[in-house]
Amino acid sequence: MPLDFYLNATLSGALTGLVYGLMALGLSVIFGVVRVVNFAHGEMMTAAMYVAILLAAALGLDPLVAMFPIGALMFVAGYLLQRTLINPFIVRPEHTQFMLMVAVAIILVNAQLLIFGPNARNVQVEYALDSYAIGEIIIDKVRVYAALAALAVAAALFAFFRFTLTGKAIRACADNHLGAQVVGLNVKQLYAITFGIGAACVGAAGCMLLLLVDVTPVQGPGYTLLAFIIVIVGGMGSLTGALVAGLVIGVSEALGGLLILPSAKSMATFAILILVLLFRPEGLLGRRA
Amino acid sequence: MRPLLEGIPRRSLAALAAAGAALLAAPAVADPYVLSVLILCLYFAYVGQAWNIMMGFAGQLSLGHSLYVGVGAYASALLFVKFGVNPWFGALAAIAVCTALGLVIGVLAFRFGIAGVYFAILTIAFAEFTRIGFDHWQWAGASGGLFLPVAYRETSDVLTLRGSPTMFYYVMLAFAAGALVLCRMLLVSRLGYYWRAIREDETAAEALGINAFGYKMAAVALSSALTALGGVFFAFYYNNLFPEQIFSMGRSIEIILGPIIGGIGTLIGPIVGAFLLTPLADSLSELMAWLGIDTPGVKHVFYGTCLLAVVVFLPNGVWPPIARRLGLDAERARRR
Repeated sequence: MPLDFYLNATLSGALTGLVYGLMALGLSVIFGVVRVVNFAHGEMMTAAMYVAILLAAALGLDPLVAMFPIGALMFVAGYLLQRTLINPFIVRPEHTQFMLMVAVAIILVNAQLLIFGPNARNVQVEYALDSYAIGEIIIDKVRVYAALAALAVAAALFAFFRFTLTGKAIRACADNHLGAQVVGLNVKQLYAITFGIGAACVGAAGCMLLLLVDVTPVQGPGYTLLAFIIVIVGGMGSLTGALVAGLVIGVSEALGGLLILPSAKSMATFAILILVLLFRPEGLLGRRA
Repeated sequence: MRPLLEGIPRRSLAALAAAGAALLAAPAVADPYVLSVLILCLYFAYVGQAWNIMMGFAGQLSLGHSLYVGVGAYASALLFVKFGVNPWFGALAAIAVCTALGLVIGVLAFRFGIAGVYFAILTIAFAEFTRIGFDHWQWAGASGGLFLPVAYRETSDVLTLRGSPTMFYYVMLAFAAGALVLCRMLLVSRLGYYWRAIREDETAAEALGINAFGYKMAAVALSSALTALGGVFFAFYYNNLFPEQIFSMGRSIEIILGPIIGGIGTLIGPIVGAFLLTPLADSLSELMAWLGIDTPGVKHVFYGTCLLAVVVFLPNGVWPPIARRLGLDAERARRR
């Protein structure tokens, strides 16, 4: 196979990887601050993707436009979920938190199955088949748009955590729970906001991913696992790490699918995870806890 | 024998004996459908018990136990189908392979200080990795599945593990009972106390001179060996194996639901959990069929809601409060 074949795959993998990164960013934010393992992350994203499909069908809304109302919707859903269901579990052992989120995930997957049926669905946009050509390299337009949107949302998130008071307060909570309470921060409220932000992130990522893949109700657990792997590879609590790891995993999927077999592409992902856990357990950009 | 039964209230022993007798007699009255549900209950009670050794006793959360079920099933089935090896010898091989696998994962994780959620993700990753591997392993049937010849269904032969559902029922009952006794022995042994010390506070346990690494390895080895035997049973009872099904994350979660719902770290919890959840899932299917609802998903939405309710309202599982109410727990006996 010629070299540009690999270059093509690498580039499109990297662009998809940025969207993966945004999805994982949502998980990383929740994990890093609330310290709850959101095992329903992929299922939440699938729910957002179905809403985007409905909006596209009813109003003809492009998923990249729909990501704003969907992000807001997911924020409210995440906020309420944390406020009502998850909050009492923050002090409980890890495995009970895990069971709670597994229960939520089971309900979400099957509610989606119930409402939308088992068949794969997607959204057709006008520019679906357009592409940019740079020399020998051809890139799909949708992939470029999705990746740019992912970068924009991630940048907004970075700015939020860096420059706003709420963002700084959330970082304080993550840094020192007790200290945050001592200086009078409303930790419960901030946790709920954080969960909402994480949900909004994954909702937006779902809208972008909708341009690239089909949706089925049963895809949720796979994406949950993928998001987890990316967070661990990138480093817990490191936002840049999640984006970088998303990129790495996206490229490894693309090349793995090319070099081994398309159906074995996630083997490369798992191999990377195992290697990172063994040789750099703090993640590519993380600090050792 | 004495330390094994010491501290168990007499009425608990009586209740256990009654439950055992009922299970022994069950095939005489149960119709084939009920029997198949009971076999599944016993299977989940058994693998739940095996998983509980790792999480409930030693505090290591494995979310990839389908790995050991799958590898155990494939090892014994491949030996049987390709070389005609007797299932019980195959079971020895399955146990050896799975123990080795468990030890490899254990060494990798515990040597590098991987714990908690990280450890859980590592176990999932190994299970998924193996699933994809088996999906492409042509000699083992790949994604098309591996099938065992179904023969001698009317005669029961325990030595070759071919026979009627009743035979499989008693085999599984023996496994489950054996696991219960083994776990009780472990809990009252020195090892059991070390495990619980590690579970509660690993640093403190190590400060007391407990070799945490070694005992955690022992827990993984025992748990994976026992789970492998469950896999062997699975292979010869169902006679077909598909990587997509046997290694799936859903299977791993099914295994751990019983002990978590029943009561983690307890001996009876995994059994109670299995006997609650399996019939619940099955009767829900029946109910849906009876109501004429065949929409996929309805059953599992309800199932998930039940799970949510238990997790929210009974954080320690179903069994501890029941045991207290019935006066079957050891604490109460001691207080008297």
